[in-house]
Formats: sequence, C-alpha cells, structure tokens
Amino acid sequence: MSQSSYDVPAKGGFSFDLCKRNDMLIQKGLKSPSFLKTGTTIVGLIFKDGVILGADTRATEGPIVADKNCEKIHYMAPNIYCCGAGTAADTEAVTDMVSSQLRLHRYQTGRDSRVITALTLLKKHLFSYQGHVSAALVLGGVDITGPHLHTIYPHGSTDTLPFATMGSGSLAAMSVFEAKYKEGLTRDEGIKLVAEAICSGIFNDLGSGSNVDICVITKGNKEYLRNYMEPNPRTYVSSNGYSFTKKTEVLRTKITPLMERVEITEVTGEAMEE
Amino acid sequence: MDLNLDAPHSMGTTIIGVTYNGGVVLGADSRTSTGMYVANRASDKITQLTDNVYVCRSGSAADSQVVSDYVRYFLHQHTIQLGQPATVKVSANLIRMLAYNNKNMLQTGLIVGGWDKYEGGKIYGIPLGGTVVEQPFASGGSGSSYLYGFFDQAWKENMTKEEAEQLVVKAVSLAIARDGASGGVVRTVIINSEGVTRNFYPGDKLQLWHEELEPQNSLLDILNAAGPEPMAM
Repeated sequence: MSQSSYDVPAKGGFSFDLCKRNDMLIQKGLKSPSFLKTGTTIVGLIFKDGVILGADTRATEGPIVADKNCEKIHYMAPNIYCCGAGTAADTEAVTDMVSSQLRLHRYQTGRDSRVITALTLLKKHLFSYQGHVSAALVLGGVDITGPHLHTIYPHGSTDTLPFATMGSGSLAAMSVFEAKYKEGLTRDEGIKLVAEAICSGIFNDLGSGSNVDICVITKGNKEYLRNYMEPNPRTYVSSNGYSFTKKTEVLRTKITPLMERVEITEVTGEAMEE
Repeated sequence: MDLNLDAPHSMGTTIIGVTYNGGVVLGADSRTSTGMYVANRASDKITQLTDNVYVCRSGSAADSQVVSDYVRYFLHQHTIQLGQPATVKVSANLIRMLAYNNKNMLQTGLIVGGWDKYEGGKIYGIPLGGTVVEQPFASGGSGSSYLYGFFDQAWKENMTKEEAEQLVVKAVSLAIARDGASGGVVRTVIINSEGVTRNFYPGDKLQLWHEELEPQNSLLDILNAAGPEPMAM
C-alpha cells in the first residue's frame, strides 16, 4: 500500500505546529522574548458635562522603555474612547476590533454607538479568552443616555464607577482620586485632577513615564489633547546637532520622512457614465 | 508587598438571602478584590434578572457577570413566551443548568431570591458545583463562614419586613468586621408582592462591634486615645 502525502489546506485559527519545538527550546535554556507591555497608568473620571480619560505614554519591554511616546487612548467611536493597559498588542487589537464592530453596528442601526454596546462587545471577547488576552481597559464616553465610565479586566469582569484607574500605576493614581475627587467637577478642575493622577503614576511607578495624554468627551464633542503635559523633557541636548565621529566626510545627505503627507485633490467633473 | 494586580478579579464577598412573611430580603457587601488590592469598593453584587427576581453574585466577578447576563437573556425570552412573569424556581433552575453543566470552568456561588404569585417569597442557594437548594435563608461568599451560627440563632419564621432587613444588615456588618475580603457598604434589596426596594447603608454608619474603632479624621486622635488591650491567653 503506497503511502502518499498531500498538502492539507490551512484551516483558520492558531497553528500549534511549533509549540513542541518552542517547549524544547525553553527546556534547553532559551529565554523567550518578552512581549511589549504598557506598564501604564490609565485613569478616567466623570465630571459635570461628561467624561475625561487620561494616560501616560511609556511602553516597556521588560526593563527597557520601548516607546517613549506611545498612544494609549484608543478611538472606539466618535463619542467613545478607551484607554488600554497590559500587553500593547492585545489592547490595540481588541480595541481596533471592537471599534470596527461598532462602526458596522452604527451603519446597521443608523444611530450613534452607546458605551454599553462597546462594553458588552469587549467583555464577551475577553471572557471567551479566559484572561489570556491581557487587556485591562478604561472605557469612557457620552451617548444619548448620558456619560458613562467603565473598567474592564482581562478575565472579562466589568465595573461601573465615577472614577477609575488601571495599570501598574493604578494605586498611585487612585490615591490622588480618593483624596481629591468630588462630584460635579468643572472641565478645568477635572483635567487638572486627571493630570495630577497620571503624574502621580509617572513619578511613582517604574512602569509608567514620559508624557500625559488627555481626552475630554462631552455631549456632541470630544477633545483629544495629545501630550497635554510633558513633565519629562530631554534636558541635555547636544548643541552641535548630529555629526559623525572622527572627521568622517559627509558626501551626501538624504532625509526620507517616514510618514508621508498625502494631499488629496478632488477632481470635479462629470460622473462616469457607461 | 505583593499585590498581584494581575490576579483574576474575585469578589471576596458576603452575600445573604432571607425570607420573611410576604417576601425576601437580599443583602451583600460591596468589595471586589484583585489579590490584595480592592479594585472596586462600591460594587453592586445584587443583580436584576427580572422585575421580580434578583441574584446575589460571589466568587469570580467575570464568571458571575456572564452567568447572570445569560440567565437574564433566557428569562426575558421565557417571559415573552410564557406571557407571565417568570417564577423564582425557573430562574434558579436556569442558573443551575449553566452552573452545573460548566462546573469545570466556572467558579461562582449565587443566591437567587424573588417573589412570584405561586410560591411567594423564595430563596435558592446555588453554590460551586451547581447544586440548587431551596432554603428559608442562605449565605455565601468568604464572609459567610462567620454567619452560620449567627443565622441558626437569629433567623425566625414569619418575621416582618423591617425585622428581616435589620437582620440582613446586622449579618453583613458582622461578616465585614471579621472577613478581610468583605467591606465597603451594605446593599439590600427587598422583593415582595408590591415590588422591589433597594437600600444602601454606608460603611461608616453601621453599628460598631467588638474592638472596632469609631471612624476618625486624624491618626493623632487614635494614637492619643487609650489603645485596645493586648491579646491575652
């Protein structure tokens, strides 16, 4: 009986082919690369007219700062934003996924998204992965039913609170909130308190640092204040600018910007016809 | 100090359900802990399933939230199909089906309580494993260990609504005093033929028990006052 082998078409889902080999390597002494975590301090609070979210901007890979100015406040809907702590890939992926689901839902229903919809979609996803998707989120927004603030834990449980903190710096930030929060804060008081809480995390927690990002959401309006505060500027900058060592002669300089600015010009004219 | 902020969110908890003459009173504390950190000091562990049936949740926060969400959904459909409010027994049974069939994956103890026109006020306890037990009073969570003897002595048949609520508040308050994983405020829900009443007792307004100190504004007041006697054999 001839033994013939044929290629099985790849099925969807996780491929376990390399797991045995990875286990063998770990046993032999290989240290597996650690994933990019956002050490993080993220906070949210409800003020008189809506919700204010805040986050630091440090992303760590073990003891190293991998990104000094990352964005932890993710867009979910025009009226809903979500701060993410935990594994950076997980928070990005899960917030992007639910953001698309919300958009499709908006097209289908013809209405603005509600915060509780985002909450249910996120908690369902995280619960089904039993905590292995390491994403701890602070979800806030203002919808037709009013301002809402929720925390979502990696195992899928949620809490609804007037003020919330998550991440490694959550204890430092929570101590500021517990001391100074009161109901009915004005916009400026709220921003000041959020900035104070994030700074408390930045200066007292090793996993958090760099700048403060703030997002203010009110009925019908949102303000994303990227790098609202920069309490950790680079103090010693060489005045010579960039130069090569040991009198290397520069022959040619070419600077390629990594982010292209694309200008879209609309061509007005007749519509295409068959 | 190892806080272990990555530990799954669990509700240390004290939850109670008590029947009285004409209905039931459900009670719970409000502490949700992640390891040694209190993640939410004002959580609401008494969740609505239908207009006349509520459930007290304990154990894993995620598991208990998901189970009660599913059962709320099933009961909603059941109520539409039946044309009448769902009974407490049916609600308890639906919870039991989920808890028993998924016993390997879930870690949550629940107390279902409500009022319906056929049986009146009823309490069903559904601990880990998925047993369902109809009881005149039930307690659950880590704080319940301190209440078994208390209830044996203090629960009486045919209490009035006020007596029953006072009993529940006293019991949760006693458990909070002794159990580190319970704390915060005491929430109660009274369900009877007239409807549902939610009450809230802030932690600093509860009766003080043995060796409990008054809430203080300054540490200096405590230091200058006479301290409690050292423990003697």
